[in-house]
Amino acid sequence: MGVTQESLLLTNARNVIHSFDPNLLTQLRIDATGIGLRVEKISKTRAPKKEHQAAWLEAAIGLIDLTTLEGSDTDERVNRLAHKAVRPWRAQPAIHAAALCVYGNLVPQAKKFLDGSPVKIAAVSTSFPHGQTPLAIKIQETKALVAAGADEIDMVISRNALLRGDHYKVYEEIAETREACGDAHLKVILETGELSEFRQIWIASEIAMQAGADFIKTSTGKIQPAATLEAGLIMLQAIDQFHRRTGYKIGFKPAGGIRSAKQALTWMALVQETLADDWVAPRLLRLGASSLLDDIIRQLHHLKTGQYESYDYIPKG
Amino acid sequence: MKTPSAIMARLDYGPNPETTKVHFKPIYDLFINNEWAPPISGKYYDTINPAAGKALAKIAWGNELDIDRAVKAAQEGFKTWKSYSPSERSRLIFALARIIQERSRELAIAETLNNGKPIRESRDIDIPLAARHFFYHAGWADKLESAFADITIAPLGVVGQIIPWNFPFLMLAWKVAPALAAGNAVILKPAETTPLTALLFADICRDAGLPPGTVNIVTGHGDTGAALANHPGVAKIAFTGSTEVGKLIRKATAGSGKKLSLELGGKSPTIIFEDAPLYQAVEGIVDSIFFNQGQVCCAGSRLLLEESIAPKFIELLKDRMAKIRVGDPMDKNTDMGAINSQDQLDKIRHYAKIGQDEGACLWQAPCELPKQGFFFPPTIFTEVQTTHTIVQEEIFGPVLSILTFRTVNEAVELANNTPYGLAASVWTKDVSKMVAVSRTLKAGTVWGNGTNKFDAAAEFGGHKESGFGREGGLQGLWEYLQVQSSKSEVRSLDEIYRNASPQPATRNPQPATHVWKTPKMLIGGKQVRTESGRYYKINAANGQKLLADVNQGSRKDIRDAVEAAHAALPGWSKTTAYNRGQILYRMAEMLSSRASEFAHAIAAQTGSSWEDAAGEVSLTIQRLLHYAGWSDKYTGSVNPVTQTDFNITYPEAVGVVALFAPNTRPLLGLISKLAPAFAAGNTSVVVASEQFPLSATDFIEILDSSDVPAGVINIITGLHEELLPTVAEHRAVGLIDVSGPAARVKIAEELSISNLKRVYHDPEMPDWTSPEAQGRLWMRRYLEFKTVWITSGF
Repeated sequence: MGVTQESLLLTNARNVIHSFDPNLLTQLRIDATGIGLRVEKISKTRAPKKEHQAAWLEAAIGLIDLTTLEGSDTDERVNRLAHKAVRPWRAQPAIHAAALCVYGNLVPQAKKFLDGSPVKIAAVSTSFPHGQTPLAIKIQETKALVAAGADEIDMVISRNALLRGDHYKVYEEIAETREACGDAHLKVILETGELSEFRQIWIASEIAMQAGADFIKTSTGKIQPAATLEAGLIMLQAIDQFHRRTGYKIGFKPAGGIRSAKQALTWMALVQETLADDWVAPRLLRLGASSLLDDIIRQLHHLKTGQYESYDYIPKG
Repeated sequence: MKTPSAIMARLDYGPNPETTKVHFKPIYDLFINNEWAPPISGKYYDTINPAAGKALAKIAWGNELDIDRAVKAAQEGFKTWKSYSPSERSRLIFALARIIQERSRELAIAETLNNGKPIRESRDIDIPLAARHFFYHAGWADKLESAFADITIAPLGVVGQIIPWNFPFLMLAWKVAPALAAGNAVILKPAETTPLTALLFADICRDAGLPPGTVNIVTGHGDTGAALANHPGVAKIAFTGSTEVGKLIRKATAGSGKKLSLELGGKSPTIIFEDAPLYQAVEGIVDSIFFNQGQVCCAGSRLLLEESIAPKFIELLKDRMAKIRVGDPMDKNTDMGAINSQDQLDKIRHYAKIGQDEGACLWQAPCELPKQGFFFPPTIFTEVQTTHTIVQEEIFGPVLSILTFRTVNEAVELANNTPYGLAASVWTKDVSKMVAVSRTLKAGTVWGNGTNKFDAAAEFGGHKESGFGREGGLQGLWEYLQVQSSKSEVRSLDEIYRNASPQPATRNPQPATHVWKTPKMLIGGKQVRTESGRYYKINAANGQKLLADVNQGSRKDIRDAVEAAHAALPGWSKTTAYNRGQILYRMAEMLSSRASEFAHAIAAQTGSSWEDAAGEVSLTIQRLLHYAGWSDKYTGSVNPVTQTDFNITYPEAVGVVALFAPNTRPLLGLISKLAPAFAAGNTSVVVASEQFPLSATDFIEILDSSDVPAGVINIITGLHEELLPTVAEHRAVGLIDVSGPAARVKIAEELSISNLKRVYHDPEMPDWTSPEAQGRLWMRRYLEFKTVWITSGF
């Protein structure tokens, strides 16, 4: 590749598509009990308070991929959410969400308002959320979304292929999607709630990173359980191993079920504890959520004023 | 005030202090008879907050007169407590548990203020687990009868309990809960530096309605504890603390007849194999050696890493250690708090220096330590050799020594290469390997893919110099009970005489031709004479005739016999219980076919009647059969712990045991000890009955024809008094069972502190024909319990 690993460790070069190495998929062992204990410890010992809590929560807003993924989404609904993504909190106009995450056909609408803003447009692709269509269609879909202005593509892996052990098929789909993305960044959704063992989460993470993922993402939000801290920790450890081996920093996006400010802080702490500090920034960490934003704003209001806030005072997204 | 960007630039969590206030009284007296009593000496001392170096309260310094008062109160308390029905006792222990839960915040804060441990640990681990112990034992209090099905048990009386400073309240719970559940009254001596939660517990006892004198708390220093250990009114001492002090207590109580349990130091190994769950193992190290600032008796202070992953693992570990937050223990974000005292901090610094002086390479996590208080950073040593002091001695601080290994066998050898045997962790995803390694480790607790897990339902305790006795589970409860009588079925001698065949008709019991026979000793499978060349005469009971010249075994014979028994141990430990049973059956067969000969020998030596001697042989045969059956039936338990782990406690052989056969019943007495020790899987050094050794030397011939592997049983003849010190001091002997006067028990208990042997002696009124002389309790005597935790999940 012409770059030494040391230099890569110091740079922020975008991940590339690596050749498929099945041997690396099963090298690392996982103990489920230990995962649970670690998660419990982090969630009980990493709580910023007062001005520190406020700083973390403001930072959390900047990590949010503000999401609406409903069959009932309309242009107007997306428009309203786009406004909210750009200016989520009246008290601090400079703060904005990281991205707006929508279904593909709503990308043009999102672009109308967000074009030129710092908020990215993320679109779910590859027959989200199930992924049960031919690869050609997935590639075609991805290309169309990028052409329509999506900055980021959230794809789903083929759980079908993964669970039947066809790891190469999973790799191939991701790598081809990555190629179809061009300059758009690729987030690969593992849908960890459909993977039966922690081991499978590791395997899926490793395949996705080999295939050129910019981010790995826990869930579609359509399946329970969605983002669990346990699954997240395994993905973060996979990211850590990949970074130590190749020098590339892969982003992480938990999504689904993150509703409270407290949860957001725990996710940030989980990342901070597991990876280097620069991972806690929009370039490498996103929180896929919708109602989370309003809870953060309520907490910030409480931290600034000492009074509890009502949703009536927060503009609806 | 820091700006948000400044905070986020460092990902600073900021302070998150526990703000609830706990108000201590300025002065705490002794708690005796449910009343606060000033110490007779009038002396008090300061207890401090080690994170600030400031005094928290004045504490009474109890002396021997105070202990005497407390014992008197406890003796009365015991009477009252015993008079309560089991369900009343159960309800009161339950009340203690509930009140602990209610006051958990206060207790956690007090614990952290007085001990220096992070509030997260006292809040999430120490106090909830303490409550759990009271709940668990509340449940035993009304089920003692069914807990020990084939024996009738009784409480011991007044129990003295001396606890350490590293888990002040949790250790209180581990001690007090089972003692009360078993029906005893308690005198508790908290550690001198950490008395406060125990004093809060005094109020809890009173509020719960415990009758006066049931729980008494006498604070003070080492002299206070010594007075408690020495007091003749105390039936048992339970101690948790250093091996050094444990040995002093063993010595102080030697010959006193006090029951003793010791939970002492350790140098516990963590074995990490190449196929370990890597990140969980890294976290395991953190939880193992940095938990409670490494001030944990079972801290994993020796890391054994498979060579192939060592560099990678150490890199991960260092990165992880850099994230450990050392600081104010009252901060909820703190991972490591203060060392408990200046003395302890000095000791840790001392060892860190020795480590470097001896050539090991020190690395410490980059962290800012608070200016005040006693703090030490997370520390690891690499390039460590087995010869280094930091590998051999317990540091009791956040200092890890890392060694590497190449093979599984080497890992086990390194792990067991220590005088201690408290705990071990084994990390591998290969469950077969985990189980195999766990079984070969000499440790009371083995954690598979985990570390430092405790529960009231799981036994905890040591092998070797880590002490003896168990805490938690059924075996822990046992430490606070005594046997009243046995219900097991043993036929009376009369009955045996009735059923025994009369003198055999076909074989002349007194051969016409008598060939002079030299009774030999058995060492390493060979019949030998003593190296000393000495012998002593065994005359017939009627005094008329010399029966034999018997070898008067020496120190060196003991040495050789222990050597042989030790060498036989690895092979012997691989035999199955079924196999051991088969050999005992064979012994019974062989003895049966020579019954009359053995009976004659007994009669000739002891002067007993033919009927009596034949009865003894018959009973001996029965005893061999009895233990042949026991060999594959003494078993442990699957423990319903609060964790998701699969948890089992099972018995294992102690190792090399030394058995002194009694003069009463020379054959039956010998077999009453040897057969259960053998069935349990030990190798033995038997010292034959001093007065009547010929039954033992004759038995060598039985052994020779019973497929006993060389060295598994060794038989020495000689004078007990002469041989006892050598045996008691021999550090390769794990257990000693003496016979004869009480003075010998004292000698054995005193001298066995060389390696903290388990010491047993003949029953008070040695009637080897009685029901008490065989059964479950005799199996238990020669066994050691191991508790294994295995994670479950996928």
